[in-house]
Amino acid sequence: MTTSAAIRVQGMEKSYKKLHVLRGVDFDVAQGSIFALLGSNGAGKTTVVKILSTLLKADAGTATVDGYGVATQPANVRESISLTGQFAAVDDTLTGRENLVLVARLRHLKDVGQIADDLLTRFQLTDAAGRRVSTYSGGMRRRLDIAMSLIGSPPVIFLDEPTTGLDPQSRAEVWNSVRQLAGQGTTVLLTTQQLEEAEQLADRIAILHDGRIIANGTLAELKRLFPPARVEYVEKQPSLEDIFLAITGTDDDSRTASTAGTNN
Amino acid sequence: MTTAYFVGDTAVLLGRSMRHIARSLDTIITVTIMPIALMLLFVYVFGGALRTGSGHYVNYLLPGILLITIVMGISYTGIRLFTDMQSGIFERFQSMPIARSSALWAHVLTSVVSNLISLVLVVLVAVLIGFRSGAGALAWLAVAGILVLFTLALTWLAVIAGLSAKTTDGAGAFSYPIVLLPFISSAFVPTRTMPGPVRAFADNQPVTSIVNTIRDLLAQQPVSASIWPALAWCLGILIVAYAVAMFTYHRKAA
Repeated sequence: MTTSAAIRVQGMEKSYKKLHVLRGVDFDVAQGSIFALLGSNGAGKTTVVKILSTLLKADAGTATVDGYGVATQPANVRESISLTGQFAAVDDTLTGRENLVLVARLRHLKDVGQIADDLLTRFQLTDAAGRRVSTYSGGMRRRLDIAMSLIGSPPVIFLDEPTTGLDPQSRAEVWNSVRQLAGQGTTVLLTTQQLEEAEQLADRIAILHDGRIIANGTLAELKRLFPPARVEYVEKQPSLEDIFLAITGTDDDSRTASTAGTNN
Repeated sequence: MTTAYFVGDTAVLLGRSMRHIARSLDTIITVTIMPIALMLLFVYVFGGALRTGSGHYVNYLLPGILLITIVMGISYTGIRLFTDMQSGIFERFQSMPIARSSALWAHVLTSVVSNLISLVLVVLVAVLIGFRSGAGALAWLAVAGILVLFTLALTWLAVIAGLSAKTTDGAGAFSYPIVLLPFISSAFVPTRTMPGPVRAFADNQPVTSIVNTIRDLLAQQPVSASIWPALAWCLGILIVAYAVAMFTYHRKAA
C-alpha cells in the first residue's frame, strides 16, 4: 500500500485482567498522513495509543513507530513521538508559557524561551501567556496541550480524542492545528468517537470494534462498503407520548388540562 | 541514553514542583500550623503539669514536634503525586524522552525541601517561646541528617500511597495513623510512667528512638543508646518503602 509506514501495528493484543480489550489489531499509518481510529467508548482506542506511546506493554503482537519497536526500543520511540492524551495534560499551577518552557527543557532543547513564544503566537495564546492555566477555558487548555506536543517537532503525534468536551469553535481551531501539522509532514494518529471529526480530518479511517479493526480505508472506500443510498418507507412506531395519550384517553384539545394533573 | 539526562530532568521537574509550593504557600502554612499549635498547647497548657526533668519543657518537646511536622508534610507529597497522575501530565512526562524515574525523584526531593522549610519555621517559633540549645554545628548537622532520613523514609511511603490511591483523600489519609505514633512515645512525656504494655510499645516503636536521639543531640548528651535503633528504623522503612514504591511504579507501565 505505502512504502514507508510511520506506524505499523501487527497482531496487537491486550487484556486487563479478564477483559480482552484488543484481540489482534493490525494497521499501518503512512508517513505524513492523518489516520483516525474510530470507535465507541471502551473500544480500546486509548489502549492502542498508550501501547504505541510506550505507556503500556502489549500482551502480544508487534508495533513500530518511526521504525523503532515500541517494546524493544522504547527510548527511541519516545524521541520520535508526542502524546496528547484524552485529558489535557497541562500543569494548572504554571502559566501557559511556563508549561511550554517546561516541556522544551525536558526535550533538552536550546532557546526554550524563543520556542515557547513562537508557539504562543501560533496558537493565539500570547495574551494569556502569563496567566495560570487554571484560569484558561477548555479550548485554550487544549490548544496549549497541542502546542506542548509540538515542541521538538516529533515526526509522529498521537491525539487521543483531542476535541472531546470542546465547543464547536474551539473544535474548529483544533482541527485547523491538526491540518497544519499534517501539512508540515507530521504523521498524526487521532482517536475519536465523532464520525464528523474523522470525516473532516483523516486521510484514512479505521474502525475499532470488539478489539479488532473491522474496517480500514479512505472515506470514499468506506462509503463504498455500504449499500448505496435509497428511499425507504419505514413504519412509524408510536412514541411514549402517543402511548400515554392513548392510555389516559385524552385527546389533543384537553392536553393542557391533562398535563396540569386533572385527569385520573 | 535517557539516564544521561537523569540529573538535569530531575532538576527541571524539581523546579516545577517547587514553583507549585511557592504558589500555594497555604500548604506550607497548613503543614506547620498544626505542629506549632500542638507545641503551644503542650508548653502553655499541659506543660506546667508534666514532669520531664529539669529545663524548659519546650526543650523536651521540640524533637517530637519536628517529627509531627514531617508526618503532616508528607501527606501533601502523596496528594501532589496523586494529582499529577490524575491530570495526565504524568503520562506526558512518561511518553517523553526523559529519564523515567525523574518524575518520581522530583516529587521525593520536593518533599525533602518543603519539609526542611517547615522544620525551620517550627524551630524558629520554638526559639521564640524559649527553646535553647548549646549544641554545636556538628550536633545540629546530625539532627538535620536524621530528620532528612526520616523524611525520605516517610516520603517513599507517601509515594506508595500516591501511586496506589483511588481518591485525593486516600492519597493523603495514610499519614493519619502515623501522626498518632508520637503520642504513644517519649515525644511528650517520658515512657516510664506508662503502664506495661503501652510502655513496651512506646519504647520499641520508631518515634521514641528518633526523638531520644534528637533530644540528646540537642542537649549535648551521649546518643549511643538510641541512635542505632533510630538509624535502623529510618533505613529499614526507607529501603522497604522504596522497594515497594518502585515495584508499584513499574507495574503501572505493564
